[in-house]
Amino acid sequence: MSRLLNLIISTGSRILDIIDFAGYSVVLFFKSVFYTKNVISKRREIIKQIYISLVKTFGVVSIVAMFTGMILALQTGIELKKFNLEDRVGNLLVATLTREMGPFTSAIILIASVGSAMAAEIGTMKVSEEIDALTIMSISPVKFLVMPRIVALSIVLPIVTIYTDTLGCIGGAIIAKAQLNVSYGAFYQNILESLHLKAIYVGLLKAYIFGVIISSISCAHGLRAMNGAMGVGKATRDSVVTSFIMVLIVGYIITAIFYGL
Amino acid sequence: MIELINLYKTFEERVILNNISVKIEEGETFVIIGLSGTGKTVTLKHIAGLLEPDHGMVVIDGISMSGSSERVKNKLRSKMGVVFQSGALINWLSVGDNVALPLREHKRYPEAEIREIVDEKLRLLKLYEAKDKMPSDISGGMKKRAGLARVLVRNPKIILYDEPTSGLDPVMSSRISQLIVQMKNEFGVTSVVVTHDMNSAYYIADRIAVLYNGEIVQCDTPENIKNTEHPVVRQFINGSLKGPIDVD
Repeated sequence: MSRLLNLIISTGSRILDIIDFAGYSVVLFFKSVFYTKNVISKRREIIKQIYISLVKTFGVVSIVAMFTGMILALQTGIELKKFNLEDRVGNLLVATLTREMGPFTSAIILIASVGSAMAAEIGTMKVSEEIDALTIMSISPVKFLVMPRIVALSIVLPIVTIYTDTLGCIGGAIIAKAQLNVSYGAFYQNILESLHLKAIYVGLLKAYIFGVIISSISCAHGLRAMNGAMGVGKATRDSVVTSFIMVLIVGYIITAIFYGL
Repeated sequence: MIELINLYKTFEERVILNNISVKIEEGETFVIIGLSGTGKTVTLKHIAGLLEPDHGMVVIDGISMSGSSERVKNKLRSKMGVVFQSGALINWLSVGDNVALPLREHKRYPEAEIREIVDEKLRLLKLYEAKDKMPSDISGGMKKRAGLARVLVRNPKIILYDEPTSGLDPVMSSRISQLIVQMKNEFGVTSVVVTHDMNSAYYIADRIAVLYNGEIVQCDTPENIKNTEHPVVRQFINGSLKGPIDVD
């Protein structure tokens, strides 16, 4: 009986923690929106964050995007070949990349490389009293740290998504030519046929929202870090897990809104 | 004036501060001593408005810090500076930029004037040579002095010091203690100092409060603390293993 009670208590406590964190992240986001009035004065920090995010992800994004396109082209090509439709591989590839895989793949890479670094950096600042020092100097940590990161990542993710889409198509074209004997010209024509404006703007909207979600969650976990190095490690791990789950959920919701029945 | 009124704080059901009440007069240097983990830093954080008490309040110049809005707290904090134990420098800014940070963020002065003020404070604390160094490239003591320089550029009326001399060599410890006294004599600064350094405490303090088990067991002048008959205080200041303080 006491075990059951303990289970109920720990589950309830966990649910309360999740609700508390969700509320904290939302409030943090709206506070950041309020401080976007300081975008001009914080432009240096924003540009620095954009630069760091792009440089950090450039290599890994290039590899992942290229192979994502290659894998998608190969898998869809194998199936389409059964119906003698392998020359349509470009149509499927571009639709998949622009609608889902581009923003999703970019988000996953940025969660792992940039979001985790944000949580660790802010978490370290929290446990080493730097956040307290800012507060004492009447410098809002949200204005000083969070807002520039949210603005930067919401700019970076759509850029990375366009890059992923493009490189994915190039990877797909190489495989289509090498494995499926589809000429570059035919592949290019297929891409143009299936490249719809709606797919592009919904994909970019997703990327933008993912950027906001990843940065807000990562900063929130960093700001709530406690208990030294162990707390920073926990904040980093939690930021990756929470961001990943939220990207999946929100990604589905956006797809359902724009493409749902 | 800083008033702590029945300050009570618990962490995970452990009582850290148990109804602490004290008045710190304007221009006074008030030193808090006690064993590690007895709530000295927690007391400082309450005064700075970084922690909220479970009961009781902190009142600064007639305005309550506890339970107030961020706007009111920031107004009170504008009179205040905190020298953190670790220095709490922003790790991606150079020493000079750290010291200039509060002035730049609040845009109080033109950039040329900010540089002048920063250089003056860095020279005062013998840090001018380290102006362009990053916090990771300087010693713990230098970090602490840079933290103090960052406080001094704002000309605060109240300065809270968390272990200002720990980790410093004896000469620099004396210099920091001298500076605390100088701040009081020249600018009438009210200081609250948490320290384990008894020599520094006797030198700088107008009054010393001894915290033990979340309570102030004695609050008196340095002379009376030196000659105290209180067994806990006696054991603490003498660093004796024998006495009512359980060291195991």
